Amino acid sequence: MIRILKHIFRTGIVTEPLPPITDPEIGKIGVQLEEAIRSRFQRSLAIRQVDAGSCNGCELEIHAINNAFYNCERFGIHFTASPRFADLLLVTGPVSHNMEIALKRTYAATPPPKIVVAVGDCGCNGGVFGESYASLGGVGKVIPVDAVIPGCPPTPTTLLQGILKAIDGKF
Amino acid sequence: MIRLKSLVLNELGKDAREDDSLAPSSVSSLVVPRKRFADAARTLKKDYALLAAEWAADETPFGRGFAVFACFRREQEYLVIKTEVPVGDATFPSLTKKYAAAYRFERQIQSLMGLTPVGNPDDRPWIKHEDWPANAWPLRKTFDAKTTMQRVPGEYRWIRAEGDGIYEIPVGPVHAGIIEPGHFRFQAMGEDVINLEEKLGYVHKGIEKRFESFSWQEAARLAGRVSGDTTVAHSLSYSRAVEALTGTVLPDRAQWLRALFLERERIANHLGDLGAICNDVAFTFLFYQFHRLKEILLRTNHHLFGHRFLMDRIVPGGVVVDIDGEGVLAITNELAWLEREYEPLVTIYDENASLEDRVRDAGVLRPEQARDLCAVGIVARASGLNLDCRVDHPFPPYDRISVNVPVLISGDAHARAWVRVEEIRESIRIIREILRTVPSDGLIVPIGDPLPDRSGFAAVEGWRGEILYWVQSGPNGEINRCMVRDPSSVNWLGLEQCIHGNIVPDFPLCNKSFNQSYSGHDL
Ligand code: SF4
Repeated sequence: MIRILKHIFRTGIVTEPLPPITDPEIGKIGVQLEEAIRSRFQRSLAIRQVDAGSCNGCELEIHAINNAFYNCERFGIHFTASPRFADLLLVTGPVSHNMEIALKRTYAATPPPKIVVAVGDCGCNGGVFGESYASLGGVGKVIPVDAVIPGCPPTPTTLLQGILKAIDGKF
Repeated sequence: MIRLKSLVLNELGKDAREDDSLAPSSVSSLVVPRKRFADAARTLKKDYALLAAEWAADETPFGRGFAVFACFRREQEYLVIKTEVPVGDATFPSLTKKYAAAYRFERQIQSLMGLTPVGNPDDRPWIKHEDWPANAWPLRKTFDAKTTMQRVPGEYRWIRAEGDGIYEIPVGPVHAGIIEPGHFRFQAMGEDVINLEEKLGYVHKGIEKRFESFSWQEAARLAGRVSGDTTVAHSLSYSRAVEALTGTVLPDRAQWLRALFLERERIANHLGDLGAICNDVAFTFLFYQFHRLKEILLRTNHHLFGHRFLMDRIVPGGVVVDIDGEGVLAITNELAWLEREYEPLVTIYDENASLEDRVRDAGVLRPEQARDLCAVGIVARASGLNLDCRVDHPFPPYDRISVNVPVLISGDAHARAWVRVEEIRESIRIIREILRTVPSDGLIVPIGDPLPDRSGFAAVEGWRGEILYWVQSGPNGEINRCMVRDPSSVNWLGLEQCIHGNIVPDFPLCNKSFNQSYSGHDL
């Protein structure tokens, strides 16, 4: 236990902004995000992530916005296990034929405002997988999309920016 | 190095003939008649060879029919056995009774290429879902990749367990966490799992078919996205297969930089996995700590090489980024920092009794099961199999680097975690060696045009395990077929076996300790 406490103290708080690896963007986006989430979602934005066919690259970066550096929870963003509690669906991948039904059902299970953000080049337009017998292309081909976050994969900073853009201007 | 080949030649006599269309020459290849295909497998099984992959190709563009291939491995040797299948009688003898691992490969061949494995006890589709038209075989040349897939009524026949108090838990495809989709069905009694059945294929994006519409160069981007967390190892394995096919000889510097990327990918993913394993037993301290280290590594990747996961840095013919003296210094310093941060965390992992209580004896895959299932990579090494293609089938520069392979025999979640712990240490050592040695010749050379109707093979040890690529050139030197075998294609079978006798709440932990790829499996 002593060892753990020692390590915690030694590590300190790494959540950015923090030199020399500071990404000045994160702080800025954070303030705006927090503001938007406070005024529109009563301090809490619940996200349900759906992998509709991705290569898992986008998922790694979505995980990263949870790590100690980006710490998205400080802005009131958290990931929920069920679409029933979600304000926003964060959907990755080209939608595969085999995930089409599951994605539509997840969308149907989400209560309003049902904001949908398509993540990654694949989520935008199918990316390198294109459209084929197995890949239906971008998320917009299957459910209505409010915002897109391009990139392959988008970096954690881009993801936070994209989420902000998606909820800005709603309501 | 040709023990397996000699065995089959002895056993089959004049029936087997050598096939010289496969490169590199260190991998041997035999063609056998269809009726002797299973005999060859039996001979190899008796000699403790493991089945590495089984796949099919449509060879009608060459005026032939179909072909089925099985790749066997023992120690340093890979042997590919090919058998031809006429279009009019699209069947081949199943190897499942000799090799359990053939079970899903063959269902996949049947589902996607439409060749029936005679003797495979399970005729349910795999990857192809039950609502696809029965005669939709996308890997056949007659199937247009742009076809809009229709849905037909169909029901998947799950394995059932019935009796007093037995109930079923369906999970997925959309999971509770931020993970890829798949369906798991448990039969349980109280908390005890009686059986687990996986149904995968949800992220099938038609990758193997898509390869056939790309040029050799373009396709490297696709290979790098077969499984995003393994982008380095996949693009490396693909590139090596293409280089074998075209006889391209790489500059040394490119080879060493590739190894640098490969080991960095290994460390980053192992750190992530160790954190996630701890998180699944509610030890969030280590989760955040390990992920903190991982994030720093990714940032360094971005800073030095322009991409956090190093996507598209490896292409057929070499690499597209270099490292300068400053970069070498940055990585050297980072390694020293990493060791300082990492070792105390390992001590905390090792000494924490409540963590130990959860990870020890959870999800045991016994060594004989791992061998029967022909497991690879971390999963195999945690269950007593000493396999690592960096050692067994070393590709440059590993022919000049000694790699210590950690092997444990307990086969539990702890063993799978501990193999990662040791491999991170080993990769740190390897990277230091690479930085000391990296020669200063070129980064990239043009690849030649492949001759028609030849094939290239490559095996690369990614962080999950052995990744195989087999590429075949068509009549005009284009991509006729690209077979991808991610470690997950075999290791998913292990998860089903290791869960017996565990309780349902331990499943996330067992699953995380395997951490197999859905995308790499579903293709
Ligand atoms: S956008 Fe890139 S990282 Fe994301 S799923 Fe597609 S290929 Fe993978």
